[in-house]
Amino acid sequence: MKRLLEILGDWWAGLVGSAGLPSWVTVLGEMVFAAILIGAFIAVLVLFLIWLTRKVSAHIQLRFGPMRVGWHGAVQTVADAFKLLQKEDTTPRVCDRPVFNVAPFLAFAPTVVAFVVIPFGDGVIVRDLNIGVLFLFAITTINVIAIISGGWASGSKYSLLGGFRSAAQLVSYEVPLVLSALGVIMLAGSMKMGAIVEAQSRVWFVAYQPLAFAVYVIAATAEVNRTPFDIPEAEQELVAGYNVEYSGMKFAMFFLAEFANMFLVSAIAATLFLGGWRGPWLPGELWFLIKSFAIVLLLMFFRWTYPRLRVDQLMSFAWKFLLPLAFVNLLATGLIIALG
Amino acid sequence: MSCVIERVNFCEVYALLTDYAFVAFFIIFGLFFVAAALVGAWFIRPQRPSRVKGEIYECGETTRGTSWVRYNVRFYIIALAFVIFDVEAALLFPWAVAAKKLGLYAFVEIAIFVGILLVALAYAWRKGALKWA
Repeated sequence: MKRLLEILGDWWAGLVGSAGLPSWVTVLGEMVFAAILIGAFIAVLVLFLIWLTRKVSAHIQLRFGPMRVGWHGAVQTVADAFKLLQKEDTTPRVCDRPVFNVAPFLAFAPTVVAFVVIPFGDGVIVRDLNIGVLFLFAITTINVIAIISGGWASGSKYSLLGGFRSAAQLVSYEVPLVLSALGVIMLAGSMKMGAIVEAQSRVWFVAYQPLAFAVYVIAATAEVNRTPFDIPEAEQELVAGYNVEYSGMKFAMFFLAEFANMFLVSAIAATLFLGGWRGPWLPGELWFLIKSFAIVLLLMFFRWTYPRLRVDQLMSFAWKFLLPLAFVNLLATGLIIALG
Repeated sequence: MSCVIERVNFCEVYALLTDYAFVAFFIIFGLFFVAAALVGAWFIRPQRPSRVKGEIYECGETTRGTSWVRYNVRFYIIALAFVIFDVEAALLFPWAVAAKKLGLYAFVEIAIFVGILLVALAYAWRKGALKWA
């Protein structure tokens, strides 16, 4: 994969050079290429993830799930996407129209941007920013603004409640999430995703940071609103939470962002704690996908294993248990590193 | 061509700027992606708004009053606590990167810094700011 990208890059640079165009055209071409590749990846990924979610939950409940469209319902999601494309896009009369329309953009765009620093393999990364991890956490937090503005602007009580709860939950679990990554950064001595993977060439960081890994996985489950932390869209009480008033393609954008985020937190976990694309025999890209999907499946199994927490339990768990735990881990790691 | 002119490494500066040009491009691409999906659907989908469709969804009940009301203050307190601890986390990042080089002295300083905020957390806990009911 790396070799292929290098060959493509050289060919493109040569083409631009021989056409006598300035060098920024080369960079622009690379940008367009990377964006299209990531866009296609996200689209295919989400289609697959939705199908996987339905299949996994169905089989856990001894059902079949989608079976009719394609092999074991493999193209069911594609059919669903076409259906959503034809759906009327209703807007509630009482909504705050500009905010209502901007929210789907805010939900999806940060997810795409976050993929810039995801290392798919050796050198297969859009741009290895020197503030990689910090950038990831900064950009994925924008999602909260989308959720709260979507929930508030809809003008519905369900969506308002869902939006507020969601925002409170996301910001509460954001802190332990970020703190758990600090231990890894200390060990690697860099925030670059590539350097963090490099530093795990011998031992995965999960061996040094088991506590941080546990905190990260729990907080990440809450960050992507999966059960047992799916208070924001508790189907039985809030219908669908913040996006109840959205329909058609605007709803699809929230849905897309949610599933892409689910993969994103899993990919980050795989990179920070499970050695990223490193692994024997198989190509790195495959290892990266295997590890990421292992975490995705873990999140799915959580969903069908644990009951939903109450809001107050959820909040006190984040602030009174997870946050002190993250601090203990941070200080212990710091002390050990400082002593040598 | 030399990279370093008057002690500034322009190759590094150029690489950094290219990095963020990619980020900027991806932001535009993300927005464009959503816009393309919405516009694409606009050509295909029906558009027949009616009074009933414009109502907000409350499980078949007729909506009463607005939902833009004063909301519970506890969300505000949670948000405040979040700002404090997230800023703290952001300040810890530079130390975490250099932790190996800085050694024990920096660790003690960070421990004091974190300690002060842990006292604040204990205070908020004691005062019931983290209680939901």
